[in-house]
Amino acid sequence: MANVLVFIDNPGDALKKSNLELLTLGRSLGETAVALNGELHDGVAATLAEYGAGKILRPSAQDLDDYLVAPKAAYLAAAAAETGAGTVLLDNSPEGKEIAARLGVRLNAGVITDVVAVDADGTAHKSVLAGSYNTAAKATTAVSVLTVKANNVTPEPSAVPSAPETVIVEVPADSTAAAARVTERRQKVASGRPDLTDARIVVAGGRGLDGDFGPVEQLADALGAAVGASRAATDAGWISHDAQVGQTGKTVSPQLYISAGISGAIQQKAGMQTAKVIVAVNKDAESPVFEIADFGIIGDLFDVLPQATEEIKRRKG
Amino acid sequence: MKIIVLVKHVPDAQFDRHLNGEGYTTDRSESILSELDEYALEAALQLAEARGGSKAGNQVIALSMGPSGAVNAVKKSLQMGATEGVHLTDDALAGSDAAATSLAIAAAIRHLGADAPVDLVLTGMASTDGETSLVPAQLAERLGLPQVTFASSLEVDGGRLTARRDADTYSETVEAPLPAVVSVTDQINEPRYPNFKGIIAAKRKTITTLSLSDIGVDPAQVGHAGSWTRVTSAEERPPRTAGTIITDEGDAGIKLVDFLAAQKLL
Ligand SMILES: Cc1cc2nc3c(=O)[nH]c(=O)nc-3n(C[C@H](O)[C@H](O)[C@H](O)COP(=O)(O)OP(=O)(O)OC[C@H]3O[C@@H](n4cnc5c(N)ncnc54)[C@H](O)[C@@H]3O)c2cc1C
Repeated sequence: MANVLVFIDNPGDALKKSNLELLTLGRSLGETAVALNGELHDGVAATLAEYGAGKILRPSAQDLDDYLVAPKAAYLAAAAAETGAGTVLLDNSPEGKEIAARLGVRLNAGVITDVVAVDADGTAHKSVLAGSYNTAAKATTAVSVLTVKANNVTPEPSAVPSAPETVIVEVPADSTAAAARVTERRQKVASGRPDLTDARIVVAGGRGLDGDFGPVEQLADALGAAVGASRAATDAGWISHDAQVGQTGKTVSPQLYISAGISGAIQQKAGMQTAKVIVAVNKDAESPVFEIADFGIIGDLFDVLPQATEEIKRRKG
Repeated sequence: MKIIVLVKHVPDAQFDRHLNGEGYTTDRSESILSELDEYALEAALQLAEARGGSKAGNQVIALSMGPSGAVNAVKKSLQMGATEGVHLTDDALAGSDAAATSLAIAAAIRHLGADAPVDLVLTGMASTDGETSLVPAQLAERLGLPQVTFASSLEVDGGRLTARRDADTYSETVEAPLPAVVSVTDQINEPRYPNFKGIIAAKRKTITTLSLSDIGVDPAQVGHAGSWTRVTSAEERPPRTAGTIITDEGDAGIKLVDFLAAQKLL
């Protein structure tokens, strides 16, 4: 069976759902090993065994996080050589994609990003041109490097748990020489709401909110949803830039996307048009968002959103 | 300073975009300078201007790789203020994936740095067609340079650069020695429009055309032949069609909840 290497970066105390998805996908493609960066807590080690990881690799250097991606790519290239991996799986975060990019050059391996599914023969499926095409692509090289979007695989523990051995992989000494160094890192305060990229429901607001995100946040909380925004709203400083959905923000594919006070410019659509169901609330019947909405309401969001929030609370009792 | 800005000629996203032909490459009619590259160009112009502009020997070289039409991205860059343009074009480049693209561009950058070294390579945060963001990182790996991606601010002082980056859960400041490869986000600045003077001045600026043999790249290393990935099928998604549209008569919030309940989304 083919060897698969899964990269897991700083899991902390417990693996994230997206980590479990990669492990599950990896197992469907072959014998999996895990290249870990950061501390290996007991709980994580136990989960890796439950998910059938055959080997756990750890870097010889502890300071990979002090640099931007270059030494992580060098470590992963060494780990891939150590395990003879034919496929390397990473998450689809901006950092995951960059590590994949550099790893591809190091391993002479084709890189495919934004992957949503992988066939047994290594063919990867993704959508391109802002969701207007579904494509299948394959690396023509001996090794392929794939970054996989979250929420496309159902995590499942292995039928046969493993007892992985831990191996230390030598990080090439020169890998930090030409790398940018992080001189300061500030944590942001967590919102307590679901993460925008993998939320099942997103309620997003735009310029129509006129500075007051209250109605969007209250509806989001009633639905257990994440809050998104148009660039007009983030540029105005009404909400953090992390909430921006679109070409230069996040791409989301939730079950439900509620767009309120957003016109639906092409760059906004690029980030949300693969949502299963789209609801739009907008005063202007001519807004382009109505061209793609499954349910559109021509109306004032300051009336419609609070009424919907109250009704949801009433029905949920 | 000698700054190279990568500028890509991409299909205008305002129109429907299509994949064509055997390799499912993007149809490049109706193409424009990628909006996201304008931020990189603006950043380069500001760095050069702060150091006395072209009179003080600062160069901003707009480099585009692509078929004949791609020269328009270079021309627009010259109108905005780039001091010179380079168009890397060769039939063998058609269908290059990120790996082949970064290989060709790395060779072009080495070629352009042969007389006087390049201090900085600037790019947009992603191309608006391929959308992979792979090229800046691959370029850095190939050139053996530090890479700073998604910079939302950029300062250069002596031989070092400082940039700010924002991720979901943290924001950070990073430092790197020059030369380096930097990609910038759309948060970094407000790109200028070419003015009349700029448009006239651009006509007198040189655009150098480079082929693969000029930069010493074997055609087998690029294009479909040299790419490490291949698209095996592409299916156009049916465009979304509009659903039910209602006008609020005082109860649209309730109707919205009825709709969500019917869709089992509550
Ligand atoms: C390079 C580039 C990248 C970009 N990237 C992104 C991106 O990632 N994401 C993004 O969103 N945009 C992006 N944009 C910007 C995009 O083009 C639009 O300008 C932006 O999406 C507009 O935001 P908006 O819909 O909130 O504002 P507007 O277009 O001003 O629309 C506001 C809407 O609110 C409605 N409205 C006002 N008051 C009310 C009310 N009380 N009740 C109901 N409706 C009301 C109006 O009818 C209008 O339709 C980008 C642009 C460029 C050039």
